[in-house]
This record gives sequence, structure tokens and C-alpha cells, in this order.
Amino acid sequence: MKWFAGAQSVLDPAGPQAGRIHGLFEVFLWVAIIVWVLTVGAMLIAFWKKHGGERHDDTTKRVVTACGVITVAVLLALLVASAVTGSAFATVPSNNVMNIEIRGHQWWWEVHYPDYIPHERVTTANEIHIPVGRPVRFKLTSDDVIHSFWAPNLSGKLDLFPNRVNEAWFEADRPGMWRGQCAEFCGLQHANMAFWVIAEPPDKFNEWIENQRKPGVMPSTPDQAHGQEVFLNGPCVVCHTIRGTNALASVGPDLTHLASRHTIAAGTLALDRGNLAGWVTDAQRIKPGNRMPPVNVPSKDLEPLLAYLESLK
Amino acid sequence: MTPTQEAVERGTVDLSALDRSWAPPQGLLGWFRQVNHQNIGKRYIVTAFIFFILGGIEALLMRLQLAQPQNRLLNPDLYNQIFTTHGSTMMFLFAVPVMEGMGVYLVPMMVGTRNVAFPRLNAFGYYMYLFGGLFLYAGVFLHIGPDAGWFAYTPLSGPLYDPGKRTDFWAQMITFTEMSALVVAVELIVTIMKMRAPGMSLNRIPMFVWAMFIQSFMVMFAMPAVMACSGMLLFDRSVGTHFFNPAEGGDPMLWQHIFWFFGHPEVYIIFVPALGMISHIVETFSRRPILGYTALVLSQIATGFIGFGLWVHHMFATGLPQLGESFFTAASMMIAIPTGVQIFCWIATIWTGRPTLKIPLLYIAGFIAIFVIGGLSGVMIASVPLDLQVHDTFFIVAHFHYVLIGGAVVPLLGGIYFWFPKMTGRMMNDAVGTLSFWLTFIGFNITFFPMHILGLHGMPRRVYTYLPQTGWGDLNLLATCGAFILAIGFIVFVLNALSASQNGPAAGSNPWGSSNIEWSTPSPPPHYNFANIPVIRGREPMWTDPEPPVVTGLDDSRREVLVTNTLDAEPEHRYILPGPTIWPFLLAVTTTIGFIGTVFQMWWGVWGAALSFIPLVGWFWPRERPRPDLLESGCGSGGIE
Repeated sequence: MKWFAGAQSVLDPAGPQAGRIHGLFEVFLWVAIIVWVLTVGAMLIAFWKKHGGERHDDTTKRVVTACGVITVAVLLALLVASAVTGSAFATVPSNNVMNIEIRGHQWWWEVHYPDYIPHERVTTANEIHIPVGRPVRFKLTSDDVIHSFWAPNLSGKLDLFPNRVNEAWFEADRPGMWRGQCAEFCGLQHANMAFWVIAEPPDKFNEWIENQRKPGVMPSTPDQAHGQEVFLNGPCVVCHTIRGTNALASVGPDLTHLASRHTIAAGTLALDRGNLAGWVTDAQRIKPGNRMPPVNVPSKDLEPLLAYLESLK
Repeated sequence: MTPTQEAVERGTVDLSALDRSWAPPQGLLGWFRQVNHQNIGKRYIVTAFIFFILGGIEALLMRLQLAQPQNRLLNPDLYNQIFTTHGSTMMFLFAVPVMEGMGVYLVPMMVGTRNVAFPRLNAFGYYMYLFGGLFLYAGVFLHIGPDAGWFAYTPLSGPLYDPGKRTDFWAQMITFTEMSALVVAVELIVTIMKMRAPGMSLNRIPMFVWAMFIQSFMVMFAMPAVMACSGMLLFDRSVGTHFFNPAEGGDPMLWQHIFWFFGHPEVYIIFVPALGMISHIVETFSRRPILGYTALVLSQIATGFIGFGLWVHHMFATGLPQLGESFFTAASMMIAIPTGVQIFCWIATIWTGRPTLKIPLLYIAGFIAIFVIGGLSGVMIASVPLDLQVHDTFFIVAHFHYVLIGGAVVPLLGGIYFWFPKMTGRMMNDAVGTLSFWLTFIGFNITFFPMHILGLHGMPRRVYTYLPQTGWGDLNLLATCGAFILAIGFIVFVLNALSASQNGPAAGSNPWGSSNIEWSTPSPPPHYNFANIPVIRGREPMWTDPEPPVVTGLDDSRREVLVTNTLDAEPEHRYILPGPTIWPFLLAVTTTIGFIGTVFQMWWGVWGAALSFIPLVGWFWPRERPRPDLLESGCGSGGIE
């Protein structure tokens, strides 16, 4: 997968919210630089100026008071700027909104697109496709501990609580791929609980969601068919779902369209055969403590299994 | 002739009797019977610095792990234990206790009395702190160190996601250390209100004493909150209550509210004493009375109040209503005002004085340069939209290290350099002092400044590793290098102090030419602090009133102190303080047995309380019979706290 500098950065906004926050940050930053230079400058002058002569404490006190008043005024201005920015995107726009539900797990993201026919409900993991220029409302909740949903190029973060739903929204104003990461400490693999936001032009997005609505593709080669058998008769079905088969468990990520994703292991590894093999056989070595147990796949079964998984476009 | 010599000649003071009645007990057993504030204060400071070194080693391990992407030096479990222990150590076992220690050592001397108001309680507090720290580290070295963060958010720290005893050790350590902090707060408040030298009216109280006074009140309101929530967590974990369990109607948000109601004032509990130290250093080396005494005192009081109205700014990302959050934004920005006023006053004092850039003042210059950055980044994260971006990233790590190291540790080092001659009678080495200052200053900025940028580039906190593609590697490596320079700076400081305490040149009673009365007594001070309690007739007695009248009529043959009234420090009566005793130590032992036992089995709370009854009986056993002559003069029997 292609990475670029700033794929997970506050300083490279890709949506109106992150853009406004970035503007606000620049205001605060310049105020901070000016205040620091003035304060430290005054201190240095105080040390190195020629001392002596008469002291005028009253004048000095007036200067100190004036500095205090200026401080109050500057803080008030910053407060107003902050409130204006905050209220600009406090409410979710009402028309043309798309809904996405996100459920945090130790240590991956479950993503639902509820706007479609219920039995065709689209479920994926760790990759959020959104159409460019359309506001997206997120309903955030957690399956276990507190997580925090944060894609800095698009917007600020919001926590995911068990038994509670928090609402956030953002919008991408250009196509691209941005990385996000859990921002609330959530245990052993907090560091590797990432996701990607993929913003696409509406037609490409529709193409993607049409594909996601379908059940998992059926094996087209004997190798893949063997792989599917391994999957359905092995321990994989205890945790994972592949729609259209008997694998219907919801402990781990939905794998129906695994091969359409760019990464595995919650944004940690690029999806290729080597990484997939490593992950399937010994996920604990890659992300110690994660919930996927080591799977003992006989070597004659491993290649077919990988072939099957890679066919799940 | 000094006032002491004069008093000896006039027969108003009997030095050998004073010496006898205030002498510390000798021998190994004597160490456990000690109740003099100087000794207890020094123990706090030394113990806190030992924990500081442990916390520093943990910091270096974390920096080594993060020096390059996907480093395999520490596994995630060990990393989580180390960062949790680092935070808990620095907050609970270093920063607060070291400030308490400075207070316990300096306050009685600065207000002109001979011990704290409750000497036995003071000793008890120290042992509780020590045992709490040892308890936590026993867990760490047994590989059951806490691993849910120093903030221990539920449900991650709850029984379901953190089985075993790790978080129980952590939560009980809180009970130990906060008990100790509360004990110190109580005794300092009473010492300051009732035991000031005659004439030290409210408007003549030294700035550091004001700071400790305000800090002690903050401790009294903040610490019970954290003891309550860590206790509730212990109950959740051990007897199946559901305070924080969402599945049974509990609420993880409850933990956050109570924890941060303590957690934010905690920052000011650490910071306010440092403000007090700064005022003394600035005044001494500017060689003029501090400018804006009233403004400084009022600013500190304002800080103490506003500090309790900010806690929600730790929770902006939890999805609270926007109107509520705006209130906390305003409060968080408002707290910059009193801090700003104080910095302006200090700069104005230097400006209008005749400053000599001795090392303590150098530390204050370093403080201003570093702390103002931390304060300004604090204004940024008071803003909800900005906070939602940088919250829980390395930007925050940078911010609070600028505030806490810059705002508290740097002035503390300056303060130790400043009061070291008083404590030990010897001067620290200036050349080595300069070296350690610059190593610390440069190392600090190399370590923590890049973290601002890392946070803005999306690096979250509390991650044990990161992918190479993130591009965070270079700045992390730089920060790691800086951490080692910083560590060397601290080591040089400690070595300087250790070597000076043995071989430093003699200091004399007032080496810096300071203004306050702790500098009127010899260095190191006798066990009774002052041969004669001076009468205070101004705010800078050593400058304006070098030969003050003294208090006479205290009985030198026992531990008598003068009690004065709160507003004007007019003498009220004499009071007899208790002498050396083993009971506080034994009570700390029995309490510790109860506390540690409850981690494993709740009934130990009962056994511990029953066991504690024995030392309490010893503690409160009436010891001195009232002397008839004192009864007549209305001075009653003393000796009971």
C-alpha cells in the first residue's frame, strides 16, 4: 500500500472540520510565539539592562497591571475564536447524510453501513470508505473498553464507550486515503489499532458498496475450494463471518470481502500473501496479546487457505 | 553580639537545656522514633528523589523502546507496566512528596517555630508514604506492576479486562500516599495558622509559606476524591460492586469525573509550592523586596480555586454536551491569568532590582523560558476543537512535561540549590551547578519539544511501538538522545549535592543575603531551629530588622512552642509538643498490614483496624503530668495532639 507523509496528520487537513481546526491552531500558534518572545525577551532585558538609579515601583506596577489586562483581552479573543470554530461543526448537517456505525473492539474496528436493506447490511473492518463531499455521521460505541476514534486529517477525536453511543461527523473534500488510530489507551495492542479512511468520488464509492453488499465469492479453482473447506472445518469459523457460507461468528472481523481491503491486523500489515500467512499461523508474534490465537494449519492446507482468502474480493 | 549570645548572657535562654529537650533519639531504634520536622522533611526529600531516579530509569526505558519504529526492546505488556509506573511514580511518589518534604522542612523554620504542629502525625505520614511506595515497587519487581495507566480508566482497569492483582496494588498505593499527603496538609495548615512567630501577621507571611498553605487546602479537597475512587475501584475488583461496570448499570464516566476532580488540582498541588520557591529566589537575587506581594498571594489563591474548576478539560473527547465543555474552556483559559500576573511580577522584580545571576536565579530563568511554552500550549488545549485533535497524543505529553518539569522540577532544583546551604551548612559547587543546569535545560528541550510535532503528526500517547511508514522515527530518536542528556543533567545535580554535603565549603547562616528569618539561624540549624524565637516587624526581617526583639519565657527543658493567633500572630499560649516516640512507626506498620491485606482479602481491613488499636493506645497514653506552676498561669497540660 502506498503511504505518504501526512497520511495521519493534523497539519494536512482533508476536510472542512480539520481545515477549520488547523486555521484555529495557526491563530493560537502565532499568539503563543508572540507572547513567548515578548515574555522571554522582557526577562532577558531585565537581566542584562543597566541597573541602578531610582526605582519607580508605582510605574512598574502600572506596567504589570497593563500586562495583566492585555493577557485577559488576548485570552478572551482566543476564547471567542475557539467557541466560533467549535460551534461551526457542532451539529450534524441534516440533508444528504450517510450513516456509518463503528464498534470498537480490543483491538480492531467493526464498521457497518446501515443505510441499506437490512439483510444486505454491509459490514467490514478497519477500512472506512466514504464518498467525497458528502457528510458522514458516525455512531460510535464499544464492545469492551474505551477506545477513541481519530482520523486527524478529517476531524478531531471522539471516544467509544461500552453501552453508550456517541455521535460524530466529518466530510472529506478530496479523494484520498488517510490513516486513523485509536487514541485512548485500551490495553496491550493499543499501539496497533489503526484504520484507514478511503474517500472516493461518489460513483467509485457506489461501486465499492455494491460489491460489499454481495455475499462472499464462491471458490472458482479447486485450490480455493480446498481452502474454503479448510476455513469452514477449521477453527476460523469460531470467530469469523464469511457471508454466503456457514461461517457466521462475530468475535473477529467479518472476512466476506477481506481481499478488497488494503491492510490486515487493524491497519498494521499490508495485505499480501506473506503477511496473511504470518498472521494466520502466528498472529501473536506480530501483535502480542491480540485476540487471534495461533492456528495450526498443516502446510498442505495453508496455501489453499491463503488462496481462498485472497479470492474474497 | 548576636541576639543568641545576648540572650544566653541575660539568662533568658539555656542552650544546653534546649539541646537536651530537642535532641533527636540515637541509634537504630532512634531512627524510627524521630519526630523532628527537619529530619522527617529531609527523609521525604531524599526518598522522593530515590523514586525520581526510578521513575527516570523507566522514562529512559520507554525512550529506548520508542527510539526506532517496531523496536523489540520491550514487549507491550512490559511497556504498559513501565509507562504506568512512570506516571504513578512521578505524580504520587515524587512530585507531591518532594514538595511536602520541602514544606515540612522549611515551613516551621520560615514561620519561626520549632516543629510542626503534630510531630507524631508527621512521622506517621512519612512511613505511610514510604510503605506505599515500597508496596507499589514490590509489585513492579514481581512483574505485577500496574498496566492500566496512571489514570487507570475503567473498564480497562476493572476486573474483567485487568485480572490479577496489578491494579489493586496501584489503587492501594494511592490510599497510602494520599493519606500521607493529607496528614502533611493538616499539620502544615495548623502550623501556619497557629504557630507563626509573634508579629508575623497575614501580610508578612513568606511567599513559600503562603504557597504551602494554599497547596495544603487543595490537598484536603482533592486527595479524598482520588482515595474514594481508587477505593471504589478496589471494591469493584474485590467484592463485586459495580460502580464502574456498564453492564450492571455502573458508569465508566463516573471514574473519569472523580479521578480528574483530583487529577487536575494535583497538577497545581505540585506547581503552587514551586511558585512559592520562585518568589524567594527572585527576591534574594534581585536584591529588592518582591514586587506585588499582595498580587502574588491573591494569584496563588485564585489558582487554588480555579484549579478545581478545570477537570473536564481532560474529558473533552468523551462526548459531553458542548455548552458544558465551553464553561471548562473558559475556566481553563482563565487560570492563565493568575499565572501570567505572577510571571509579570517576577520579571518586574528583576527589572527594578539589581540581579546577580547566581545559579538558583538561573533555574528561574530556565523556568520562565520552559514554563511559558507549557502554559501557552495549555491555552491551546483548553480550546475544545484544538484539544479534540491533540488530546491523547504526544502533543499532550510535551505539554505536561513542559508544565510539570518546567513549572515544578526546574524551580525545585533551583530551590534545593538555594536552601541546600541551610539544610546542610555547605554550599553546592557553582561550576558543576552551571553545567547541570545547562545539561538539564538543553536535554529537556531536545527531549520534549519534538513531541509537540510528533503529536501534530498523529502520534498517539501510550503506544509501545509505531510503524516505520509513519515517519515518526527521526523525531523519536532525537527525543531519546535528549532524554539521555537530561538524565545526565539530573545525575550531575545529584552528584553535586552528594559531594557538597560532604566536602562543600561552609555556608554561614545567610550565604545569599536573603530576607527571611530561616536565614537568621545557623546552617545547618540546631534541632530547635531558633535559640530565640524572633519577633517579626516587617516582611523582609533580615533586611530591615536584623536584630529583632525575641520571645522569652518558653521552658527550654521541654519541647515548648508558642501558639499565636491566626490573623496577627499575637501570642496566645505556650504548647508542649511530644518528643520521640515509636508509636507512629508501629501504627504505620499495622495500618500497612491492613491495607496490603485488603488487596487480597477484604476482611483484612477489619484485622488491620483491630491491630492498629494497640499503637493508638500507646500514642494517646497520657505522658506528662501537668506542672502546678503552669496550671496556675493557665498554660495547662500539653502533650496531646
